[in-house]
Amino acid sequence: MNKKLETVLSQEPSRRVRYSITGAILLILLVSSSPALGGANMTSKGFEIGWNILTGIFTPDTSLLFGLGDSGVAYLILQTIAIAFLGTLVGAVIAVPLSFISATNIVPRPVVLVTRFIIMAIRTVPSLVYGLMFIRVTGPGPFAGVMTLAIVSIGMISKLFIETIEDLDTGILESLDAFGSTLFQKIRYGILPQLGSDFISILVYRFDMNLREATILGLVGAGGIGAPMIFALSAYHWHQVGAILIGLFLLVFIVEILSDKLRQKILHG
Amino acid sequence: MKLYDKLFDAEKFTLTNGKTVSQKFTRMPLIILLLLIGITVSVWVTGFSLTMLFTNITGFWQILASMFPPKLSYFFQVWRPLLMTIQMSFFGSFFGSLMALPFAVLAASNITNNRVINLVVRFILTVVRTIPTLVSALIATYIFGLGTFAGTVAIFLFSFSFVGKQLFEYIETVDMGAYEALTATGADTPRAFVTTIFPQILPTYLSTALFAFEGNVRYAAILGYVGAGGIGMILNEKIGWREFQSVGMILLSIFVAVVIIETVSQQLRKYLS
Repeated sequence: MNKKLETVLSQEPSRRVRYSITGAILLILLVSSSPALGGANMTSKGFEIGWNILTGIFTPDTSLLFGLGDSGVAYLILQTIAIAFLGTLVGAVIAVPLSFISATNIVPRPVVLVTRFIIMAIRTVPSLVYGLMFIRVTGPGPFAGVMTLAIVSIGMISKLFIETIEDLDTGILESLDAFGSTLFQKIRYGILPQLGSDFISILVYRFDMNLREATILGLVGAGGIGAPMIFALSAYHWHQVGAILIGLFLLVFIVEILSDKLRQKILHG
Repeated sequence: MKLYDKLFDAEKFTLTNGKTVSQKFTRMPLIILLLLIGITVSVWVTGFSLTMLFTNITGFWQILASMFPPKLSYFFQVWRPLLMTIQMSFFGSFFGSLMALPFAVLAASNITNNRVINLVVRFILTVVRTIPTLVSALIATYIFGLGTFAGTVAIFLFSFSFVGKQLFEYIETVDMGAYEALTATGADTPRAFVTTIFPQILPTYLSTALFAFEGNVRYAAILGYVGAGGIGMILNEKIGWREFQSVGMILLSIFVAVVIIETVSQQLRKYLS
């Protein structure tokens, strides 16, 4: 019995060489990346600030956290949600035509290559750069945030839309043709039902992501909950920082749960 | 929804064979109403205005046009911060993923059979994950001082929470047969985990870590905005000085680097699965 086991065990391919090569490559990359640790300047002051932020979270500024005015956390959350919501919608309006002209089953291959390259290029520019550009257009404020999120969302929305469009079942269209349906009827009964639920689920997912993005747009002055946090941090108002961080956490956490539930419902009925 | 269905009667059809079928009243009006309310509130809160957009959009195109052609000679100043960005992402992703493994094991209810530990670890992962990377980078610059280390910490935290969450969800779905057999022969938990569960989760683990790395390179590019090192610092500087041709060059370099890294990592992930 034992001999049998040992022969089976000895048949196991030796992966030692492969493992050691992988390990060596990783080690070399790691050592060559060590400059990333530069600039650490941990002083007792840094420690104190860290401690202050921590105590700020546990003793938040309640008048800010529960305040209903223009600067209260509730209004900031509403503004952040509004930016993400509108940004997703505007992004979708731009992405829908863009994805139809990038689907291989609708337009010829060369056109697809060009439009996909454009989408990829749009996706690479970091959101803060768009934010800074749009501030020159709309002035600082949540409007710039909406436009930034719209442009940033195009990349992912159209990438996923294209996949859905390329999965279209053309058999349905052919049978509608056989019925003698008009073009409008073909779109209404043949295409929209196939795309609708997927599109909406993609948008809900992107809304969830946009909400996270919207929380940082405040750094460049494009509205949302980020701006007051920067001010509070740079003014060393730790209790306000704590209140805003709690608001941020609740916002992202609740929206994530809700959007997961909603997408399950949309996709699986 | 139940109330809505009660309020509006379902439509009834009688088929030729005498059966009656009913179709619920369409929910379209409700959805459209909610959407309209949402749009109105959002437009009011954000001050969105189409006319302003169309009158001022030329400013956007002007900035975009002034980036072309990118100032190629500027690349000699770009590559060093770009490399630093990639190094930051690599270091942060590597240690984040490494750290995620023990936490994922503690969070998975089929390995760590203790509800309290599971919930505490999951709560930690969730809290860390909900804080946006840029915000954690900003706080890190206050604690560790300006520089790349703060950025590395932020990337580390994100990779840790992301990989940790994906991994513990995956561990809970693995085949437990071999693990139980080994514990039955008297192996202790760590020993049984390493020999039976670890080989099962390894491909997914590595692939998730690579995915996090891919995303981090993209994300690390903006960390410089809060002073956390990398290419974002010169990007911010050049935008401030309105040297848009240099900005164009920086963006082009990021684009090329991201494309290369994504292609390599996608190939690796395909190989892993």
